[in-house]
Amino acid sequence: MGNMVTLTIDGVKVEVSKDATVLEAARKAGIRIPTLCFLKGVNEIGACRMCVVEVKGGKALQTACVLPVSEGMEVITNSPAVRESRKVTLELLLSDHNLECPTCIRNLNCELQKLSEELGIKSLRYPGEKSKSQYDDFSPSIVRDTSKCILCRRCVSTCHDVQSVGVISPNYRGFNTVIAPVYDMSLNDVPCTNCGQCITACPVGALKEKDDTDRVWQALADPEKFVVVQTAPAIRVSLGEEFGKKRGAIVTNKMPAALRRLGFDKVFDTDFSADLTIMEEGSEFLDRLQNGGKLPLITSCSPGWIKFCEHYYPEFLENVSTCKSPQQMFGALVKTYYAEKIGIDPAKIFSVSIMPCTAKKYECQRPEMFSSGYQDVDAVLTTREISRMLKEAGINLNTLPDEDFDEPLGISTGAGAIFGATGGVMEAALRTVYEIVTKKELKNIDFTQVRGVEGVKEATIDIDGLKVNVAVAHGLSNARAVLERVKNGEANYHFIEIMACPGGCVGGGGQPILSSDERWEIDYREERAKAIYEVDRNMPLRKSHENPAIKAVYEEFLGKPLGEKSHELLHTHYVKRELYPVMK
Amino acid sequence: MEIYRAHVLVCKGTGCTASGSEAVLDAFEKEIEKKGLSKEVKVVQTGCLGLCELGPNVLIYPEGSYYCTVKPEDVPEIVEEHLLKGRIVERLLYKEPDTKERFRSLMDIDFYKKQKRIALRHCGLINPEIIEEYIANDGYAALAKALTQMKPQEVIDEIKKSGLRGRGGGGFPTGNKWQFAANAEGDIKYVVCNADEGDPGAFMDRSVLEGDPHTILEAMEIAGYAIGASEGYIYVRAEYPIAVKRLEIAIEQARNHGLLGENIFGTGFNFDIFLRLGSGAFVCGEETALLASVEGRRGEPRPRPPFPANKGLWGKPTIINNVETFANVPEIILKGADWFSSIGSEKSKGTKVFAVGGKINHTGLVEIPMGTPLREVIYDICGGIANNKKFKAVQTGGPSGGCLPASLLDMPIEYDTLVQAGSMMGSGGMIVMDEDNCMVDIAKFFLTFTQEESCGKCPPCRIGTKRMLEILERITNGEGREGDIELLENLANSVKASALCGLGQTAPNPVLSTIRYFRDEYEAHIRDKKCPAGACKALIHYEVVPEKCKSCGVCAKVCPAGAISGERKQPYKIDTDKCIKCNSCFDRCPFDAIVKI
Repeated sequence: MGNMVTLTIDGVKVEVSKDATVLEAARKAGIRIPTLCFLKGVNEIGACRMCVVEVKGGKALQTACVLPVSEGMEVITNSPAVRESRKVTLELLLSDHNLECPTCIRNLNCELQKLSEELGIKSLRYPGEKSKSQYDDFSPSIVRDTSKCILCRRCVSTCHDVQSVGVISPNYRGFNTVIAPVYDMSLNDVPCTNCGQCITACPVGALKEKDDTDRVWQALADPEKFVVVQTAPAIRVSLGEEFGKKRGAIVTNKMPAALRRLGFDKVFDTDFSADLTIMEEGSEFLDRLQNGGKLPLITSCSPGWIKFCEHYYPEFLENVSTCKSPQQMFGALVKTYYAEKIGIDPAKIFSVSIMPCTAKKYECQRPEMFSSGYQDVDAVLTTREISRMLKEAGINLNTLPDEDFDEPLGISTGAGAIFGATGGVMEAALRTVYEIVTKKELKNIDFTQVRGVEGVKEATIDIDGLKVNVAVAHGLSNARAVLERVKNGEANYHFIEIMACPGGCVGGGGQPILSSDERWEIDYREERAKAIYEVDRNMPLRKSHENPAIKAVYEEFLGKPLGEKSHELLHTHYVKRELYPVMK
Repeated sequence: MEIYRAHVLVCKGTGCTASGSEAVLDAFEKEIEKKGLSKEVKVVQTGCLGLCELGPNVLIYPEGSYYCTVKPEDVPEIVEEHLLKGRIVERLLYKEPDTKERFRSLMDIDFYKKQKRIALRHCGLINPEIIEEYIANDGYAALAKALTQMKPQEVIDEIKKSGLRGRGGGGFPTGNKWQFAANAEGDIKYVVCNADEGDPGAFMDRSVLEGDPHTILEAMEIAGYAIGASEGYIYVRAEYPIAVKRLEIAIEQARNHGLLGENIFGTGFNFDIFLRLGSGAFVCGEETALLASVEGRRGEPRPRPPFPANKGLWGKPTIINNVETFANVPEIILKGADWFSSIGSEKSKGTKVFAVGGKINHTGLVEIPMGTPLREVIYDICGGIANNKKFKAVQTGGPSGGCLPASLLDMPIEYDTLVQAGSMMGSGGMIVMDEDNCMVDIAKFFLTFTQEESCGKCPPCRIGTKRMLEILERITNGEGREGDIELLENLANSVKASALCGLGQTAPNPVLSTIRYFRDEYEAHIRDKKCPAGACKALIHYEVVPEKCKSCGVCAKVCPAGAISGERKQPYKIDTDKCIKCNSCFDRCPFDAIVKI
């Protein structure tokens, strides 16, 4: 047992790995130590001082989250000195916080609020001046309100380390410290990818999505508008969480019921256009492979990844698939194909999408996304926003009957559903590409090599003698690693899937937010991904090219994949972006 | 080698450079040339002698005559009289402020003769820009001894035995630090010199770097040999341009002489040193923040353990020692641990340099053996309190130190006694306060500094120091409330216990120590709305004492606010609504007829 040490915490003996921290040891021993800045695997910096403990023989209080264990160590977690220190620190944090809890977006899902309840803070002994704050809502995706920021740095570590983007960091020092982009610029003016991972890391309401619910309420209330909605693959395994269901609960058939009751005229499914994406992107891949096109082909579904590529890796823009994302393919078809089909003026259509993603809010406003003659998607709501709307309307997901999506844009396959998890686009594409190339039925359609939480997954797929090297990366630091390998000639891939968010869309920046404590307990991305694959398994059709609605759209409207109409509506090109143009 | 009959040493440290020593040096060179003395008299630029307030300072050997406040126009007289005719220019000699006595030799002056200079041994004596002068004064002999006669462990043992403790603040035993780094696993290790001297008023590190840069290079090489490192970094403030320039020259010269770089002294030992300039954040003096800054990240501390000896620069085992600590190392290696440990007191060995300032006759740098009582430094060496005022307190340890009252004047200066008294050694700041200083105001002053310099990483320091400052502000504004002292004490103790790094953990010291020793002043502010020292503007007003007023009208003339009026043969009057409390009338009244109440 050379790798284990035994220590005593509050008189309880516990044996842990010698690399463990006191916090880990305490949790193993069932002893709760409060934390605030700690976010497992992301932010372990001992800054907030909430997890202070006494160590026998040590002089000062120590932070359990970063304190390594040692043999025979004696730790006390609830002495009067420890409790007083935590209370004073928390009171100080609250004294520089705007305390607008009931109107805060994170009311009842706030770690600061929970902690002050837990530590019994009933009054503030040290009130005083509040630090100067910034409110930045220029970004189409993310709003910063530093009057609520507790400077825990969870967003900073997420942006720097998890995403390797690093557009926010502490500016100034001492009481004036503020987490902001360089020179206090807006997030809109810096090379932010809009991924929103900072929001899901924030323990308080200092970071939130740009709220678009008002615009949707207005459209729903407007009798002139024909309001359609699409729901992204990952929503069906996360929306239930906002209604008390377990992480990754499947609520696919509750969503149409809920959205109809909210007043949407048609409830469609982005899974449909995910299938369509496979038809186009699979064909594009084969075309590039067979006709000497630019390889590796890199997927283009994730708008956070697209912006990352435009800013940081413009040399790969030609590798990026010309396919629009499923959201935007859907948007383009609704105001053309669908409008024509049901005979409605596309000007009257208000197209809403429910996305796990904050970058989608940005994507729908891009100039490339007006190919129907109108803005193809009018409003994007995150999982959190739609759940707020449902709650406001008194709609409880748990008591609704099961209903189906509307036809034809609500018909989909399992291949569309797995777009929501990392590796899913790759797997869905392989299912279709295999059958197109070989013209034989694919027996085992589960490409498990590309599933799972590992940051970079690689596989070589044998398509009837044609060896295809694929890679899947999720989280932008993993994307960066893959691209660097390709750039340096260390890897030779044909096809790469990149998702901006760790875990793919199930871990998107618009998804329900878990506390640090819960993130310690479960890997929510894994739970949601498991559910996604369960959805896939239970679908009657699991290959995109078998989707009858997709076949119909080609027959009735598009012609063939990569055809003229497809090019006009479903494909685009992205552009190199400067890193800090406003600085010049 | 040329032999000269006389040497003119002109200080070109920052202090004397600021008061114009460059022009004095030029004047000497021209005048000596003019008189045809160039082959007999050598003019040397040196580092700091310590009494910067009297600069530009000039020292002429062999007599050791110490001329103060020398102007270029004084130079012809010095050359004519002293250097040609052998007659010392009495009027420019150093003068004792109280006895007005002038001394012919530096070593007769109390300020110097009671000092023991180890760290400052070469400062003011050698030209820091000429490596030969350093070598001629035993320079690099310690390195030679270590490399050729000692094993690395023997070097560490010698430092351990000497009892040398860190001079930068914490006072950690240097030998133990080296031992940890030597024991740490890893092929690559680093030696870092902390030259981020940040305490306001402290300039001992700057003086060493400016006056004796090679000693730091030599010590770092010895440390590198001891722990198995081959690279060193000096983190020095960009605000020290002279120190930076002299370090650059020293590094270049040492490299050219084979004393830095590869195969030093042919022993196969490789070591090189690089400079990193800091931008002046006080917190970068904290070792983990310093390392972050060297690595190019925001200068912010991180919790320890792991200590830098195990995980330091770029995650490698690293020792970080302060400039003054390093300055002692070559002497310890050359003269031995026993010699060093014979100086000082039982628990604090060797000497310590203090930057003495405030209400005292001689402000400047003094190096004294550890264990010397405070009284000796303040009265015997530095000449006591200026203007015959009464001593009130001395603040040691820089902005995070504590204020010690008159009852502790006989306390020996040692690491542990200072901490017990609620202060600390720190890097060696020593600020003397007299009866005119309000201790609440002083606490506010120091806290203002630390509060501004907090990095903002942990809430106790970021918000706690701000809240303490707010309480002190309201007390000094006459808005203090009953219970504020207890509130301050509680918050200060909590910040001390909870803050992440040394900055936050010590920032409350001035508050706690002034409450401990001068609680009555706080109470007077809060309960009586009075500032006993008359320093807190909000709590005082000015009045004319009618019996003393001779109606001369000076007060009305100097008053910038037009608040004073009067007529002939009538006592003048101050309109307190108009008065801006600038103190001008008080300062200028020839009859002491104006009082602060």
